[in-house]
Order: sequence, then structure tokens, then C-alpha cells
Amino acid sequence: MIKSDFWRAFVRNKGAVLGLVILVAIVVLAVFASVFFPGDPWEMATAPFQPPLSEDALLGSDMLGRDIASGIAHGARVSLLIGLTSTAAALAIGVTLGALAGFHGGKVDDAIMRFTELFQTIPNFVLAVVLVAIFTPSLTTIVAAIAIVSWPPLARLARAEFLSLRTREFVQAAITTGQSNSTIILRQILPNSLSPIIVSASLMVATAILLESSLSFLGLGDPNAMSWGYMIGAARTVIRQAWWMSVFPGLAIVLTVLALNLVGEGLNDALNPKLARSRG
Amino acid sequence: MLGFAQLFASRLVKAAAILIAIVVMNFFLVHAAPGDPAMVMAGEAGAADEKFVAQLREQFGLDRPLYEQLGTYVGKIVQGDLGFSYRQQRPVWDILAERLPATLVLTLTAFLLALAAGVALGTLAAVAVGTWADSAITVLALLAYATPIYWIGLMLSLLFSIQLGWLPAFGYETIGAGYTGLAHVADVAVHLILPVITLALFYMASYARLTRASMLEVRGLDFVKTAKAKGLTQSRIVTRHVLRNAILPVITVAGIQAGQLVGGSILIETVFAWPGIGRLAFEAVLQRDYQVLLGIFLVTSIMVILFNILTDILYGLVDPRIQVSQ
Repeated sequence: MIKSDFWRAFVRNKGAVLGLVILVAIVVLAVFASVFFPGDPWEMATAPFQPPLSEDALLGSDMLGRDIASGIAHGARVSLLIGLTSTAAALAIGVTLGALAGFHGGKVDDAIMRFTELFQTIPNFVLAVVLVAIFTPSLTTIVAAIAIVSWPPLARLARAEFLSLRTREFVQAAITTGQSNSTIILRQILPNSLSPIIVSASLMVATAILLESSLSFLGLGDPNAMSWGYMIGAARTVIRQAWWMSVFPGLAIVLTVLALNLVGEGLNDALNPKLARSRG
Repeated sequence: MLGFAQLFASRLVKAAAILIAIVVMNFFLVHAAPGDPAMVMAGEAGAADEKFVAQLREQFGLDRPLYEQLGTYVGKIVQGDLGFSYRQQRPVWDILAERLPATLVLTLTAFLLALAAGVALGTLAAVAVGTWADSAITVLALLAYATPIYWIGLMLSLLFSIQLGWLPAFGYETIGAGYTGLAHVADVAVHLILPVITLALFYMASYARLTRASMLEVRGLDFVKTAKAKGLTQSRIVTRHVLRNAILPVITVAGIQAGQLVGGSILIETVFAWPGIGRLAFEAVLQRDYQVLLGIFLVTSIMVILFNILTDILYGLVDPRIQVSQ
């Protein structure tokens, strides 16, 4: 029953359906990248500076004769992978800290919230650049850096949810029956605070993809993984002669992030019906 | 304005605490960076023998316990000594000070533009809710959220500089033109247009959305009904009653996003070759100049704290309740 209600609310948001369609297409492109574009995206596929709609390169080729379309397909993998894993890592940090702060209150809450505030003040992109540069660019350092700079909003959200839920009767009942703190946090409160967290997480995947593309645009991408930001950064100096090298990877980013944002809004409508109605 | 003074003082104390925490964090990042200064210097002196390195370590206190080194580090920072760039053979602070004005001009202009234009567009959308203007603003905001700012910058320069030739694509001023006085200011202003618009666009969209939502919420409150009952004109109600209250959450968010705005300047300055701290960060990344990079981290953090204080002042000026407590 709940499932069909969820779908009905989600489908009512036309933008969300469009977002989901685009997202599925991008996931398919990412999963079957090696089938659609066999071979290494770093290898020369045709002559350099081929404009779009050329014989061997639908979206043109870059300065070194690499196929732009192949780069976009393989880059989709990296973007989605980094977006998902860094969001998972940010969720682990943010929800844990937020849950502890909201559940315990008092001094624990104070200390955790000060810590969160510190990370919210720090210019997060600068910190990400510093972290990746110092610990040398690789998929792991990029994911870690993105997670380290993106968890604070999740912590605040989880804290607010836990603060309001812990005074509710069912939690009080669990405390009276002698359940341990960890059981109450994990089995009573967390499942009830999941929907806003899921919505935020879906939006965070989009932000993480933007962050990754910005890092690799600056040359801080994993040197072994083809990525959209890298393609734009590398083509930046020749934009006067070859617009397609920066335009197409950029469109790929816009489409992906837009799709994720639309899906996030749809999830919000479906999971928080009260909020959605009052948004006017 | 007692209420305002108190609010301001408590914010200053908080800012100082955050600053200390950032300095400590910077210290540990310095330690995490590969290659301690002694090794780098020994390499430059062309003599990497063990004894010489050990001697340098002693000279710079690198053999002392960590907390003692932290003390020395904090002491140096307080005196404005941000370390030494071995790549450029200059103190980090000198390099940063040279670049700071350009970044301040860029970020402050973008911040004020985003705030003014965002609030104006949001108000327009809220007043015209449900019309095509409202939908257009909503769609624009959605697109601005999804587009990487460096790509917007590239596309704008592709259109306005390369295709149309209206605006300069990069730089701070026309090189070799030798303008002085007003002509120089005008020249810099023309170079500033594309970077500022690019940097401001995302925040403008975000403030427009927020203003719209906040105005729709405030519009239904009792004091607005009272104002209507008093027979005030529609425009006076919107500007004096609704907007003044609706703008408060926008200012709060603007303060929170200050860090992102400053961080975004790295990308914008890289795209437009704007000779500020952001461009310096890009160069430092290319050269793996960690001392400069960490100096940038510290200075941009201080900038964010100053932006936060600025938004607090704005908040105090706008919030009607704070003036009541005079």
C-alpha cells in the first residue's frame, strides 16, 4: 500500500519522472560504457580536432584524437561512482554525529555542533582542494575529501530529527523497557527519520558530482580515471578553436545533476507529503 | 542598539574560536604534507646527506615535540608569518597580500550582486506567483543549481568574448594600455563583468528561490493582514512588511554560503585568469606548492569569517525586532 502511494506521489511530479528517465539513461550509459565504446578512452581513436558528426567520432575528438563520446560514457562511471560513494561516506559521518548530538543533547550536543559549525565555516571547496593536493589525487582521496567537506548539513538534519523524535512516546516507551541506547538509536529513531535523510542524500549525490568535476577540472582528478571535469579542464585552452571539447562534457554534467535534483524533489514530494503541500 | 551590540560581540568570540581551530587544523595539514622543509631545503642546497638534514631540522625546531612545534606555529601565524614558499623563494604572506585585493573585489561584488539580484528576482516571483515570470525564474534557478560554475564561465566567455567580442575573456586589465585614474577603473570594471556574473549566478538563483518561498510564507502572517486592514498600499506592504521579514532567512543562508562563494573563486579565477588568490591556488596545485596552498586555506577561512560578520551586520540592520529592543 505504502509503495503505491509513494509512486503515485512521485509520478505526480512531472519533473521527477523526467529526471528519473534521464538518470536511468545515464546509468545505462555508465554500466555499458565498455560495450558502447570498447577500448581505452585515453587512447587515440581518430585524428585530433575532429568536429562533431565526424565519421569516427560522433561528438568530435580532442587535441590528442581521443573520442569525446567515449570519454563522456566512461566519465559517467567515474562521476556516478564518486557521487554515490562519497555520499555514503558523508552519510556515515553526518548521520552518526547528528544522531549522537540529537539523542544525547547537553554537552555532547554542544561539542558536536561546535565541530559541525567549524566545518561549515571553512570554505569547503578550498579544503577539498588542499586535501586532495596534499594526499595526492586518487579515487580514494577524492571520495574522502568530498565526504569530509559535505557531511555538516546531514549532521544538522539528523540532529534535528533525533531531537524531535526522542521526546515522542514510542521512544520514551523503548527507554522505559530498558532498551540500550544503540538499539533505540538504530531500531527506533533512525528508521523514523529516514525520509528527510534520503531526500538530502539524493541531492548530495548531485553536489558530490559537481565537486568531483570541479576538482578534476583543476587537474586534481584520478589520473587513471577519465572524467568530465578533466575533459573540460584539458580543452579549456583550445576553446577558441574547438568548442565541442568543452561543451559536450559540460552538458553531460548539467543533465546528470539536473536529473538528480529533479529526482530529489520528487522523492521529497513523495516522502514528505506535508512539506510538499506547504511549499506553496 | 544594545541587542545588536551583544549579538555582535558574541559572534566575534565565536569567530575567534573558529579561527584558532582552523589554525590548529592547518598545522596538522602542514605536517601531513609530503616533504618537510628541511628535506626541501637540503634538496635545493644540493646536499642531501643525513647530517645536514638533521642540522636543518634542529635549526627549524622540527625535532621538537609536536605540541611545542604547534606553539611556535601559532606564534608565527599571530605575527603574520604564514611560512615560506620554497618554490617561489618568497614568504607566503607576501605572495598572498599581492593577490588579495583582486579576490576581495571579485567576491564582494559577486556577493552583493547575488544578494541584490536574487532578492529582487525572488520578490518578483513571489508577487507574480503562478505566472510565466514565476515559472521562468524557477526554471532558471533549477538550471543554475545543476551547472558547474567553471563551465558557465567558459560558455559565457565563448559567447560574449569569442563569438560576439563584447567583453574581454580574461585578465584584470588591458595589458600595456597604461590607463590611469577613471579610465583604469572602467577598464578593470569591464574585465570584472564576466567573472562576477559567473560567480554570482548560482547564489542569485539560490537567494531568489529562498526569497520566493520565504515571502509566500510571511505573506499569510497576521501582521501583514493588519497592514492591509490599515489600508497601506500594496507596494508598501511588500517592501516594508513582507520583504523586510522574508529577507532574514536569506541573509542567514547568505552567511552560511559565504564559504562556498570564496571557494568558487578558485574556479572562476582559473577560468578568467583573474590574478587573485583563487588563481594562485590553481598555480600552487600545479606546482605542488603546499605552503602557499595552506596559506590560501587560512586566508580564505578568515575571509569567510569576515563575510559572516558582514552578514550579521546586515541582519542586525534589517531585522525589525532587534531595533525594537533599543
